[in-house]
Amino acid sequence: MSSRDTILQRLRDRAGGELTVPECDFSVLERDDWSTAERIERFEKMIESVHGEVHHCTGDSWIERLAELLASRGARNLLIPRAHEIGQSLRNAGRNDLPELLIYDEPIESWRPHLFNEVDASITSTRGGIAETGSLILWPTDDEPRLMSLVPPVHIALLKASELYTTFHEAMKAQEWSAGMPTNALLVSGPSKTADIEQTLAYGVHGPKELIVLIIE
Amino acid sequence: MSETAGHTDHHIDVKQFHPRAQAAIHNPKIRKNFRSAMDGLMSKRKAAFEGWDLETLRELGANVRLRALANLPDLLEQLEKKLTENGIKVHWAVDGDEACRIVRDICKARDARTVIKGKSMVSEEMELNHYLQEQGIEALESDLGEYIVQLAGETPSHIIMPAIHKNTGEISELMHEKTGTDLSHDVEYLTASARQQLREKFMSADVGVSGVNFAVAETGTLCLVENEGNGRMTTTVPPCHIAVTGIEKVVPTMEDVSALLALLTRSATGQHITTYFNMISGPRKADELDGPEEVHLVLVDNGRSSIYQDDELLDTLRCIRCGACMNHCPVYTRVGGHAYGTTYPGPIGKILMPHLIGLDEGRHLPSASSLCGACGEVCPVKIPIPDLLVRLRQESVDGDKLHPARVNGHGAKRSPMEAMVWKGWAWMHASPGLYRFGTGAATKLRALQPSSAGAWTNYRTAPKLAAKTLHQRMKERSQ
Repeated sequence: MSSRDTILQRLRDRAGGELTVPECDFSVLERDDWSTAERIERFEKMIESVHGEVHHCTGDSWIERLAELLASRGARNLLIPRAHEIGQSLRNAGRNDLPELLIYDEPIESWRPHLFNEVDASITSTRGGIAETGSLILWPTDDEPRLMSLVPPVHIALLKASELYTTFHEAMKAQEWSAGMPTNALLVSGPSKTADIEQTLAYGVHGPKELIVLIIE
Repeated sequence: MSETAGHTDHHIDVKQFHPRAQAAIHNPKIRKNFRSAMDGLMSKRKAAFEGWDLETLRELGANVRLRALANLPDLLEQLEKKLTENGIKVHWAVDGDEACRIVRDICKARDARTVIKGKSMVSEEMELNHYLQEQGIEALESDLGEYIVQLAGETPSHIIMPAIHKNTGEISELMHEKTGTDLSHDVEYLTASARQQLREKFMSADVGVSGVNFAVAETGTLCLVENEGNGRMTTTVPPCHIAVTGIEKVVPTMEDVSALLALLTRSATGQHITTYFNMISGPRKADELDGPEEVHLVLVDNGRSSIYQDDELLDTLRCIRCGACMNHCPVYTRVGGHAYGTTYPGPIGKILMPHLIGLDEGRHLPSASSLCGACGEVCPVKIPIPDLLVRLRQESVDGDKLHPARVNGHGAKRSPMEAMVWKGWAWMHASPGLYRFGTGAATKLRALQPSSAGAWTNYRTAPKLAAKTLHQRMKERSQ
């Protein structure tokens, strides 16, 4: 008998007999409906408490703010999505105060050392955020591959205020995650960090040292 | 010699718990490192649950886990079906050795020489690193704590914070000696150095091995909880990702995950959520530009299906590996994780390890507790750990006729002398005449009572028998 069948049979032939299935009441996870302003306030408080940075922008002003943020960090380049409107807007902005714009349009195998060693910052979209925990929802795609939000030392994410959910439970229900998930989905709540050395917090241990959220109101 | 027997020679003797505990208690550095870390973790957990109806949330957590366990075989089949549809290859391993061989075979088929690892307690259970090394495959830990522990040639002393037993100075010296970094107490510098060293390894590794926090049957999704990003690196950068997990980690729905995640991170480190919650549902698709081309899941039994047979012991399988029980354990805080000599230390280790290594080898584990109950009070899925400790104590001395002998090594600690003493005790208490004679005789001979009674009187005064028995005094009063 295969190991699979051995294990399954042992579980099915349980000596204690059938187990009763308890009811699960998820209402403890639900929150009163917060207003958009409350959600933004909570999101900001939570993500800042874990070293994330938040800037309030509008659809017209975010590129200006982005340029300032990148300049203040001396970023030489910025990795942008190819097809997403974020990438389109940046390429069509016609500004001279933005760093070199890079596009992730080749398989990782062909430019891994470059991505790991030469890219200073990246910008991605989000599929919304979660106020209660200060989290961003990211579903990487071929346009915004997985490593975009992980490898560069600065990750900038655009979040529409209208897409802020109150809780994770609410977000997954509203977005119908149970119907099917992409190859990779993420909740990102702050920059990469560790407390493995004597409980002292240090940022950027493997992923970005900085997470900057531009909230579009 | 069979190929399974090769990697058992470096085992720590679990039976030597007492001398190790004794040494740890008298080591001020261990005492200080654990005390300060556990104090911090306890207060952070408390703060993180402020404003929550914690009892109701724990009730939900327990029910979610029980529901999953009640349907375990069906859920595992559903998970396998969904993962296979998603392009993830599923393997089954009866024990750790078989799981090691599965990982090796995947590596060999790809001609892989180097493996980079994310944190996985099941891989510690399998002793995977040691096994792969024997097979000529380099296995490198990438979680900073695990990396430090591996550099030191040690094992984790805590399931969430593997290097909690070391302070900054010790880590600085270790990294200096093994990797050539400068001697420095600057944690930022040490962390940045590790980042540099490990980035090179991520880029060149042939295979990434990770654990799994929750496996979701309805969508075929493997969920990983982490702060560092090494888990994402491990599961994204190398061309092949192998996830290893215990069969009990499957849950039916994503909704279940939302409840368990709310409990897990707050219980573990007092975080409302970890930096990354990584949900993997498939290998790289044709149009994607990164991610592994192959993803495997190894479902490891290793004793779990035995635990599953018994209604009471089953609760052990609810565990979501948050470590809150050890953070709140007065014994763990004083002796540290290494004293136990087991993969899982602390209260959860005391109720889980006897099943994995047998009650013979693990005979001292269920007794290494004051039964204060703190572990059961903080457990996010309400595992009655103190009750299970008592059950295992009973099993270890064969003292319980109510349950069938379930645990391997049942009765290993039974002493004929102790059994006889208790039998005599029961006999005496069941016959009034004998009882009066016995207590009367003991009272008369009280001068002969020894003033020391082994370890009990090391820090306590021996109790003295009263000059008169209770019966005598009652008699005097009624006269």
